[in-house]
Amino acid sequence: MNLKVNLAGVELNNPVMTASGTFGSGMEYSSFVDLNQLGAVVTKGVANVPWPGNPTPRIAETYGGMLNAVGLQNPGIDVFVERDLPFLKQYDTKVIVNVCGKSTKDYVEVVERLADEAVDLLEINISCPNVKEGGIAFGQNPKSVEEITREVKRVAKQPIIMKLSPNVTDITETAKAAEAGGADVLSLINTLTGMKIDVNRRCFVLANKTGGLSGPAIKPVAVRMVYQVANAVNLPIIGMGGIMNVEDALEFILAGATAVSVGTANFANPCTTMEIVQGLQKYLEKNKIDDINSLVGLVK
Amino acid sequence: MAENYRNTAVITSIVKLQEDIVSMWLKDQEIAMAAKPGQFVSFYCKDGSRLLPRPISICEINREDGTLRFVFRLVGEGTKEIATYQVGDTITIMGPLGNGFKLEGKKAILIGGGIGIPPMLELSKQLNIEKSIVLGYRDVTFMTEDFAPYGEVFIATEDGSKGVKGNVIDAILENKLEADIIFACGPTPMLRGIKAYAEKNGIKAQISLEERMACGIGACLACVCKTKEVDHHTHVHNTRICKDGPVFYAEEVDL
Repeated sequence: MNLKVNLAGVELNNPVMTASGTFGSGMEYSSFVDLNQLGAVVTKGVANVPWPGNPTPRIAETYGGMLNAVGLQNPGIDVFVERDLPFLKQYDTKVIVNVCGKSTKDYVEVVERLADEAVDLLEINISCPNVKEGGIAFGQNPKSVEEITREVKRVAKQPIIMKLSPNVTDITETAKAAEAGGADVLSLINTLTGMKIDVNRRCFVLANKTGGLSGPAIKPVAVRMVYQVANAVNLPIIGMGGIMNVEDALEFILAGATAVSVGTANFANPCTTMEIVQGLQKYLEKNKIDDINSLVGLVK
Repeated sequence: MAENYRNTAVITSIVKLQEDIVSMWLKDQEIAMAAKPGQFVSFYCKDGSRLLPRPISICEINREDGTLRFVFRLVGEGTKEIATYQVGDTITIMGPLGNGFKLEGKKAILIGGGIGIPPMLELSKQLNIEKSIVLGYRDVTFMTEDFAPYGEVFIATEDGSKGVKGNVIDAILENKLEADIIFACGPTPMLRGIKAYAEKNGIKAQISLEERMACGIGACLACVCKTKEVDHHTHVHNTRICKDGPVFYAEEVDL
């Protein structure tokens, strides 16, 4: 039974990874999760300088999901390279660094800084709904998606994953734009912009007013978008959005994802990623399937 | 790294102290052995529509029996779900989490406000120095008798129905309480008042903060508070309440 998958020439032991922002750089989860068992660890977004993030409250639970407006608090690339990368290098897993920025220059600076580091892939976050400048501003316009992809590709030594926003009318347009700009892999979906109001205090629950909705509540939207994009571009896809268990992961794979990321589920059960890896193995055995890759995009 | 566990614990007792306050004892040998006053435990709901753990502070620890007590207010659907559980039911929990109180000082005032009262109980048991205990309530009191064996208890109620009419600071002033260290847990406005009182009188204060949390272990950066100095994790001025707190010296944080 083969669980290995290939993303732009990088071979992962299995298709299960962590969704950016939910897993830090793996340190905090390493007492619950054997990182060696994961296909890859995708880090929390890293910028060129430390970002303080948004005011609190930053999160709110919703039915079958949650809203977050953390605002990409991160220590900046220097601390990340000194502290977090050496930690991750101890493990037999691929390292994918999520890169955030407020301008093309910011993204390029981080990508250049990581060029000679032991990083396997870079995930460019052009879809965070919680920061005013940058983030989603890049991700909603196909022309700017293509431009920033091209700029990042020009300096990157690692393959580039562009992380797409679901907050668009037609996600295949931004997917095609990323492909035209030279993206190697696509990640989708980031969170859906949402809002929650406290009826007793009659105010917004989040200090940022809006936040990104994640969790099982968004899964059908995410599966649909993965299916659409898989049929519109010729790039491998990392599927995510509300994956809680192995069945959810399989839905994304069958819809066209080569790999999957687990995010919000880490909060509900820190061992979810490992349980999904084991579940995939069992599914293949039970159904006498030799290779997980034969399931990718099987449902047409 | 501190030890923490994710276990299935068994409920050994569950009673309502008030219409919206529940007291519950859980059996979990590992967490009971590792726990310190001021730490908390994450409670996971059984209903799959509620994804996030509920962080609840540890009220009492019984190492001999391997049990822990939690007293919490029913504020939302999650705590209401937990309140329906019966003796013998199981619940998934993770802990102990956070740093807890540092036992120090010669003469202490322990202050609990509202649902910030429970964590002060285990502290009052373990802190073997001269101490006064100040409990602040809006109106109806709870758990006051639990504290009696461990020190002199002073009560403040906003409506004046019991003890001093006013807040915990009013009770401290009216009873002329003195200390070289304050330990406190309660609503942010109360902690803000205590921080100002402690600074004005040159008293060290350990305060326990709360904020909406997601992971509970320091990864997601949802529950931060403003700090005076640059924090060690992100190198900004936002430190993680779940991991680096929930207890901070009052002078370290901006409330």
